[in-house]
Amino acid sequence: MDIIVCIKRVPETAEADLVIDASKKAIDTDGLVFSINEWDNYAVEAAIQLKESVGGTITVISVGPEENNEVLRRALAMGADEALRLTDPAFEGSDAYAMAKILAAAVKDIPHDLILTGVQADDDGFGAVGVALAQMLGLPYAALVTDIQLDGETLTVHRELEGGLEEVDTLKLPALLTIQTGINEPRYVSIMGIRRVARKEIGVKGAGDLGLSEEAVGAKGSLSRIEELFFPPVGEGAEIIEGTMDEKTEALVKILKERGGIA
Amino acid sequence: MEKIAVWVEHRQNEIRDITFEMLGKAHQLVGDGGQVIALFLGDPSQKGLLDKITPHAHRTVAYLDSNLKDFEPLRYQAAFADIFEKVDCQLILMGQTAFGMDFAPAVAARWEIPFTTDIVDVEVDGGLIAVRQMYSGKVSAKVSLKEADKMLCTVRAGAFPAEDLPTVSGEVQEITGAVEGDFSARAFVEYLEAAVGDVDITQADVIVSVGRGIKDADNIPVAQELADALGGVVACSRPVADKKWLPKERQVGTSGKTVKPKVYIALGISGAFQHQAGMKNAGTIIAVNKDPKAPIFGIAHYGIVDDLFKVVPALTEKVKELRGWGNSDK
Ligand SMILES: Cc1cc2nc3c(=O)[nH]c(=O)nc-3n(C[C@H](O)[C@H](O)[C@H](O)COP(=O)(O)OP(=O)(O)OC[C@H]3O[C@@H](n4cnc5c(N)ncnc54)[C@H](O)[C@@H]3O)c2cc1C
Ligand SMILES: Nc1ncnc2c1ncn2[C@@H]1O[C@H](COP(=O)(O)O)[C@@H](O)[C@H]1O
Repeated sequence: MDIIVCIKRVPETAEADLVIDASKKAIDTDGLVFSINEWDNYAVEAAIQLKESVGGTITVISVGPEENNEVLRRALAMGADEALRLTDPAFEGSDAYAMAKILAAAVKDIPHDLILTGVQADDDGFGAVGVALAQMLGLPYAALVTDIQLDGETLTVHRELEGGLEEVDTLKLPALLTIQTGINEPRYVSIMGIRRVARKEIGVKGAGDLGLSEEAVGAKGSLSRIEELFFPPVGEGAEIIEGTMDEKTEALVKILKERGGIA
Repeated sequence: MEKIAVWVEHRQNEIRDITFEMLGKAHQLVGDGGQVIALFLGDPSQKGLLDKITPHAHRTVAYLDSNLKDFEPLRYQAAFADIFEKVDCQLILMGQTAFGMDFAPAVAARWEIPFTTDIVDVEVDGGLIAVRQMYSGKVSAKVSLKEADKMLCTVRAGAFPAEDLPTVSGEVQEITGAVEGDFSARAFVEYLEAAVGDVDITQADVIVSVGRGIKDADNIPVAQELADALGGVVACSRPVADKKWLPKERQVGTSGKTVKPKVYIALGISGAFQHQAGMKNAGTIIAVNKDPKAPIFGIAHYGIVDDLFKVVPALTEKVKELRGWGNSDK
């Protein structure tokens, strides 16, 4: 079974103090730590587990600058066989639709029975590239997948719905799945493991190599555009309790007593 | 904007709230003289569900086919192909839900409809400007869509109120049994209900909830001790359940449980909207987080900006003292 996994490199922002840059259309990423998009890490693990059970190859693809080699190498260290990076100045400003077009152009040339993406990217949070890509390739697909069983040419998957409910679907290969977190336990990647694949060649392709015109991708080939970033209004917001640790916890105990927090 | 279509979301014979939220926003956007169109796909036996929809749409297009009983995107697309020939609309709203996320991007890609996802607001003034969030809610973005006959947005659940929907006298147009083709490449099999766990967090008055900030499974007892002292239970955000540090049935949020305790204490939880959806109606929300900009502080009533590993043990100690169990436990 030949599997392609699309992986994105994203900044870790949960604990960072974000700054909107001068263009007002992007955040300033200086000083931020980047890593593989959380959902994509689960997707890589899902691919490896399938390969371990039925054999085949795994190709990981990432669209972005040279720094994206980090996440590609990490995936190779986990157990992927080939890595491909798609990069071109013309890709700048791509929305989910244009991103799917870029990926679609690349996967056409690579044999595949299954394509995996993450449900969503932690930075833009579109939750759209995987399903748009499946449509462009004319593949059956399922989004928000939390379980995969393979039986010959048929996949049985669980999709996560709201409130803990799940849905069972069957799909015929070739197909595309968008992977939800928690589907597996992604294996640990050691520094040694990454060193071992340090010399492995990572293929690079640009718009021309993919047969994409400059108008088809990037801002020009997109259907939507970011006009302006701003910090969300905080609304009422929390009353922040200040003071020494003793004062803070004393205040909390008082609130808990008043609000029924001590049952 | 004169004509806005809303894709009616229903599951297990219930209309989902997001539908009413979208209908409300659609009414506001079309204003007087405009048309709100509800698009219903389902089995003829589900026709009764329309009674809840038709009072709030100027026009309801009901596509009734025994093959449309459950959501199947390939079949639903075939129905949409037909709908697009019969229904004229400038904007389509769908939910950013498990159904909408599995459908909207494909519809947009297939018909090259300018779209964006997970919007929390939208304005139409000349062009369309949608507001959506990035970086897990830390930054908002104004997004414009390329001009076209049709545009599409998926809407975040809970972004718009479902109450006070205008009542209008609407017409119903039925289309029956017309979806043909082989759609077996993706087939619905069944629904699976969530497993029942040993602790039912929805029944608790006090919830101590931990997020990724708890760092490791070994630290769960830090929260458990506080919960024990308060007479409450421990719950969690998604990453904690994903990593199996706590069982899935303790997860709060859209894909977990919805809770409404008297007091909800969020420890090391950033407050992504999927988490907020499950706890925002708690009586009192207290958040402890190192990051003063964490979105959880936007909905919490009280906040402490500090390391949870300093705050929680100190708090637990105080509560134990108050209960007079301080010394015996030390
Ligand atoms: C379809 C879908 C469904 C989802 N359903 C759910 C759901 O049901 N429930 C849910 O919770 N999520 C859900 N999510 C995931 C959601 O988007 C977020 O990824 C998740 O809620 C983040 O969890 P978190 O706040 O624990 O982690 P993070 O966002 O990583 O935040 C960790 C927080 O801990 C703080 N912190 C770190 N160390 C400390 C310390 N020592 N002391 C104090 N604070 C500290 C940090 O400042 C940060 O704010 C869903 C996502 C998708 C796509
Ligand atoms: N730059 C990229 N390179 C490779 N894959 C991507 C890229 N952007 C998005 N994807 C894939 O699409 C998924 C969904 O992203 P999004 O629709 O942007 O939320 C991600 O989890 C990735 O699998």
